[in-house]
Amino acid sequence: MATGEIQSQEYQQRRWLNIRKVLERSGPFCHPDFEPSAEILDFLMNSCKILIVGAGGLGCELLKDLALMGFKKIHIIDMDTIELSNLNRQFLFRKTDIGLSKAKCAVEFVNKRIPGCEAIAHHCAIQDMDDGFYRQFHIVVCGLDSIIARRWLNGMLMSLLQYNDDRSLDQSSVIPLVDGGTEGFKGNARVILPGMSACIECTLDFYPPQKTFPLCTIANTPRLPEHCVEYVKVIQWAKENPWGESTVLDGDNPQHVAWVYEKAQERAMKHGIANVTYRLTQGVLKNIIPAVASTNAAIAAACATEVFKLASSCCANMNNYMVFNMAEGVYTYTFNAEKRPDCVACSNTTRVMEIEANATLQTIYDKLCDDVAFAMKRPGITTVINGRNKTLYISSIKSIEEKTRDNLKKRITEIGLYNGAEILVADVTTPSTVTIKLKFSENYDVDMSR
Amino acid sequence: MASPSPKSPEQSEKTKQYDRQLRLWGDHGQLALENGHICLINANALGTEILKSIVLPGVGAVTIVDDNIVTDEDIGSNFFLEHSSKGLNRAEETIRLLLELNDAVRGHTVHDPPDQILQENPDFFKTFSVVIATHLSEKTIKDLSQHLWDINIPFILCKSVGFLGLFRIQVKEHPIIETHPENEQVDLRLDIPFPALSEYLNNIDINTLDLKDHGQIPWIVIIYKAIEKWQLSNHNRWPMSRKEKNDVKDIIQSFIRKDENEIPINEENFEEALRAVNTAMVPTFLPVKIQELLYSNSATHLTKDSCPFWIMCSALRTFIEAEGKGKLPLRGVLPDMTTTTDHYVKLQNIYRTQAALEAEIVYRKVQSIVSQLQCDTISEADVKLFCRHSHDLHLIKGSSICLEYQLGTPTASYIARHLEEPDVMMVHYILLRAADMFRSEHCRAPGEWEPEGDISKLKTCVSKILSDVSSSPFPKDDHIHEMCRYGGAEIHSISAFIGGCVAHEAIKIITKQYKPVNNTFIYDGASTNTATFTF
Repeated sequence: MATGEIQSQEYQQRRWLNIRKVLERSGPFCHPDFEPSAEILDFLMNSCKILIVGAGGLGCELLKDLALMGFKKIHIIDMDTIELSNLNRQFLFRKTDIGLSKAKCAVEFVNKRIPGCEAIAHHCAIQDMDDGFYRQFHIVVCGLDSIIARRWLNGMLMSLLQYNDDRSLDQSSVIPLVDGGTEGFKGNARVILPGMSACIECTLDFYPPQKTFPLCTIANTPRLPEHCVEYVKVIQWAKENPWGESTVLDGDNPQHVAWVYEKAQERAMKHGIANVTYRLTQGVLKNIIPAVASTNAAIAAACATEVFKLASSCCANMNNYMVFNMAEGVYTYTFNAEKRPDCVACSNTTRVMEIEANATLQTIYDKLCDDVAFAMKRPGITTVINGRNKTLYISSIKSIEEKTRDNLKKRITEIGLYNGAEILVADVTTPSTVTIKLKFSENYDVDMSR
Repeated sequence: MASPSPKSPEQSEKTKQYDRQLRLWGDHGQLALENGHICLINANALGTEILKSIVLPGVGAVTIVDDNIVTDEDIGSNFFLEHSSKGLNRAEETIRLLLELNDAVRGHTVHDPPDQILQENPDFFKTFSVVIATHLSEKTIKDLSQHLWDINIPFILCKSVGFLGLFRIQVKEHPIIETHPENEQVDLRLDIPFPALSEYLNNIDINTLDLKDHGQIPWIVIIYKAIEKWQLSNHNRWPMSRKEKNDVKDIIQSFIRKDENEIPINEENFEEALRAVNTAMVPTFLPVKIQELLYSNSATHLTKDSCPFWIMCSALRTFIEAEGKGKLPLRGVLPDMTTTTDHYVKLQNIYRTQAALEAEIVYRKVQSIVSQLQCDTISEADVKLFCRHSHDLHLIKGSSICLEYQLGTPTASYIARHLEEPDVMMVHYILLRAADMFRSEHCRAPGEWEPEGDISKLKTCVSKILSDVSSSPFPKDDHIHEMCRYGGAEIHSISAFIGGCVAHEAIKIITKQYKPVNNTFIYDGASTNTATFTF
């Protein structure tokens, strides 16, 4: 077919007839602001810029869905390359693509299949892109399997929010985030309007804590096949260093997995534990989450519908969180996840941490990690004293960790913190530093004079 | 560098490719899927989206029945068409692009309309595991569903119009052994311990153990001892009421050792016992649902053609009446608990051995039935699996789609009841039916040309259906208007949502694992609302 015809007005009219019906006609259930017109499709095709985060199970589906809903200016970002175990659901990839960039392959496939689609691939980590990159999009839709990456992205979109002089939110700075996630036959889809509705950080308690086994069980009283694999992974590997001291255990290296499998079997045999299999070994080593095409298709589709609604205003968005389960029948439940008024990411207020005046820095560190409102991984803590930055504790850089380690044991008042002092916390879960104000517990004699 | 690794255990290419799904339905589920053959009638966007999620996990074969010629509109909403597909047969074009997803899947096409096949070659449908159809006319829905009901082939009817989607599963009878319940009830038999368990429990004296061993007593033992103590002063009854259970909890508390200051020592196993006490005290019983299944006609009146499920049900019933003493075979699964390796492995073996013993008895009964009936043999592994899951067996007894079109049936009053509630999802069902009726009367979708003019015509269809189910007319025309606005449009993301769901339902039917929808699912993408109806 000639390019001329693909671009012809008449052809476009025929080709997009399905979605034109809902965009160019008014209906009794439309959003009050919705004014049907041909310009909406024109906006979707020629102006609306969408970012898809992740080109895996959800990302492949999202790219196809959005391209068939009229969107053309689609960017997709993913640092991963294609593996054989992706092919049971990531339908834009073939065996010949193994080892190539997911984002690039997905884009190449969809641009070819759907002429006119101008998708652009970014084969890199989301953290490699700056706020200028993220600011260019009208809507971001996210299909990630990592909670940390999701929180980072959420933090990035929240950091783009602008506030007017009267502290009201500048609506033009809001970039909606549509987020999907799946695990086996379960999934969820949600719509986040930054600064206006619950964000990822507001609802951290939705994520179940990762299942871990106590070290003493692994070492002394193994009962389950998983305990045997964990033992080899955590203790035996470091002891025996089968490939030399510098080689870390790699769950993607079949030889490593085979070694762990054999040692775990030996340990299981010794203790009379059954059912250590290769599949189980791999599952424990890589923390594999089961995944299937159908769940990804359904969740991505629900997200794509929400992107379409946001971009066209043709009907009201989901409010605002849908859980989905097709293990028994097909079940969905949509509810309004509540925004935390003091959310560290989206509230435009300084978060307050209540703490005993005689607490140590360790107490603050533990709170940052254990309190579900923060749930940080390796927070680095600094503060400003008399206008100068002071590092209190940073664990991510070895030399600084050694220098600041002693601070953990010290009382917070010894290292210059006071009631009302602000600490600045950096972590992998957030792109920008979080400011937290310390509030000493009531019984303390408040000294505000400092 | 010389590899310290032993011979790498052979993992086939296929196992690697399907790893993430094998963790959900196992190798035996995969094998069933690979022996499955799906027939799809009409490869529109909804149809190909369904097939996509069945081809990717590796179904054996798919056959597409479609006599339509590809249009620009098709290409605009269907990912498995290319620009060059225009004017060609839709089955040919879509199968070609779908098979690219998985070279292990075989594909076939038939270019005849389904009505013609029904008339000239009705046996065509006999070979399929599931028949899936989209965008059928009202007449074909009735004829095809009746035929598939008669020849006992599972059928999934699917629709996608505007923001609305629907699928209806028609199966006569669908037994499921592996239902994968989210919370499996434990089967510990503390109320009726079998000899090996009794012996083990009675050999432990928790009072004489030193502190270290005391902290390693499995919670099963703790609960058992606590109940035993409670029974001493309660005529050997089993604690049933909330108060009695709390008494047992108090006894467990009293078992916890104290330090020199009389402060209870934190013992993890006792904490676990207190948490587990409610579920562990549920007496062993034969669930009513299972009892009904085992005494149903299909299980009590076996014939040469009875399927393995009913033969195993029959064997299970005779087990329960004899050796099982009214109870199901032991599940043989021990939950994880804080204890030593020795304790745990020993206990686990006690349960596993007993379960194997009981499954063996059931297997022998199965064998004798099989030889009496002279039917196909059933493997020991299958019987073991059946016994292991006998607490959660499930049977779906379906209904024919044709019933929805008949007057004065319980289905009609079921629909009317939901409309009176009023249940907006049932309103959507009526409108999807009305749109079918409109199409058969006017040869186009309601609102296909322009919405306003068709409102009154569609309203006539709605009124007809409502009067058929003896329901009063809708107070407002808003849903009728909305359906005309859609004009029969197929929105890709709505089809993709239904597509994912239907693919999974078909896989559930083929693998006989997980419970399918019984029997109608409706999705409204505009309000993000879903509902399940059982017609």
